Amino acid sequence: MKRLVVVGASLAGLRAVEAARKQGCTGELVLIGDEAHLPYDRPPLSKGYLNRTQESVVFRTEEVLRDELKVDLRLGVAATGLDPIARVVQTSAGPVAYDALIIATGARARMLPGVPAGLRGVHLLRTLDDADAVRAGLDAGARVVVIGAGFIGSEIAAAAVTRGLNPTLVEALPTPLVRAVGQEVGEQLATLHRRKGLDLRTGVGVAAIEGEGSQVARVRLSDGTVLAADLVVLGIGAIPNTEWLQDSGLTLDNGVVCDATMRAADGVYAAGDVVRWENGLFAQSMRLEHWTSAAEQAATAVRNALSPDSPRAYETVPYFWSDWYDVRVQFVGVPEADETLVVEGDLATGDRLTVLYRLGDRLNGVLTVNGQADIMKYRRMIGQRATWAQGLEFAAERRAMREAKAVAHAQ
Amino acid sequence: MAKKIVLDQAKCTGLGICESLSPAYFEVNEDGDMVQLLQIEVAEGDLQEVQEACDGCPNEAIRLEEV
Repeated sequence: MKRLVVVGASLAGLRAVEAARKQGCTGELVLIGDEAHLPYDRPPLSKGYLNRTQESVVFRTEEVLRDELKVDLRLGVAATGLDPIARVVQTSAGPVAYDALIIATGARARMLPGVPAGLRGVHLLRTLDDADAVRAGLDAGARVVVIGAGFIGSEIAAAAVTRGLNPTLVEALPTPLVRAVGQEVGEQLATLHRRKGLDLRTGVGVAAIEGEGSQVARVRLSDGTVLAADLVVLGIGAIPNTEWLQDSGLTLDNGVVCDATMRAADGVYAAGDVVRWENGLFAQSMRLEHWTSAAEQAATAVRNALSPDSPRAYETVPYFWSDWYDVRVQFVGVPEADETLVVEGDLATGDRLTVLYRLGDRLNGVLTVNGQADIMKYRRMIGQRATWAQGLEFAAERRAMREAKAVAHAQ
Repeated sequence: MAKKIVLDQAKCTGLGICESLSPAYFEVNEDGDMVQLLQIEVAEGDLQEVQEACDGCPNEAIRLEEV
């Protein structure tokens, strides 16, 4: 391999160049990123970084990247096109030829249509610059309105509550997170928010975000409510960054479409939020916006780019976590289900919940709140294609174990 | 060369990805805030699995070192 080019300098991009060196690639490694920042970690941006329990999110110093990993680092450079036949990436700084290419351009946060351009105090939360702006607003004690009660919006609103602010979280759907976790669990999570003191408004849309001069002043809801605001944060989903590939001939369908081995075309592989690939474990194509799969896909994509004649498939049990208030929400598997069953806990009365998701006779997913001791055991079970009955049996065992401990503790 | 696992307790938050990849070596404690090492020294045949667990940690809290 003479030259491996990686487009996108976030987690998947960083992991790609690290994996290349670890796997013995001695050729030229080019890492192209459109942000000016060194590769940084995104999960903390809506968690510890926002609450100032974590100050640095940069993965590696420039010296490590340039001197130890021998990476030709090109930051502030955007990819604008790809010719996979000639094996050339077009960029804002000119063409870059490659022998193998890893596409890791990720996704960007969705903007609400109709928001006046340049209104100060209105932010997305995807980049480090976004997080700095939101954090500065929280530091200033802003009146906060968060739009969209997905995981990012929930984390931001929870962070504001934790700081003693009085934010409002606005969700257009009657129940938050229905697509991510299902109706019943969405209701449970809404209950958790309210029990922690958050003003959560569901089933109401945003009619307008209005400013006074160039500064945001209020959010007008579809039911006529007016919320005064100095800081408005949008958490309404993300869009894969594939526009630059429009004329490349690669198949694009809500992401760069890849086979089970992360291959998009000859010499072209993809990893991270931008990719839709065939996950054999669930026999379906999926695009994930999860830390774990981004890191692992990058390693697989590089491996297969370096050894195209003996490719390996990437299979995974999807996993994500989200930190709200003083609780941790974790999910493993896929939320598609014929049935969801609460096997332990109730967020109306406590901070603990375990929910199993059944598809056919298979255990397809598990959500826990403060269930860290159990969740990864379920992840393994799902990876081994556990049946629903096995899931129920394990849940009963864990519950019995905790009850026995509680009794012993009380005596 | 034999290798051992080093856990940085200040970085670990008990996410537990390591446990799902290498359950013979890692297990999240009952409080859910920290991983406990079930074995420190890694058998030759388990090196790749444990390395993947180290690579899988979002907090970069675990690593392999030569004994």
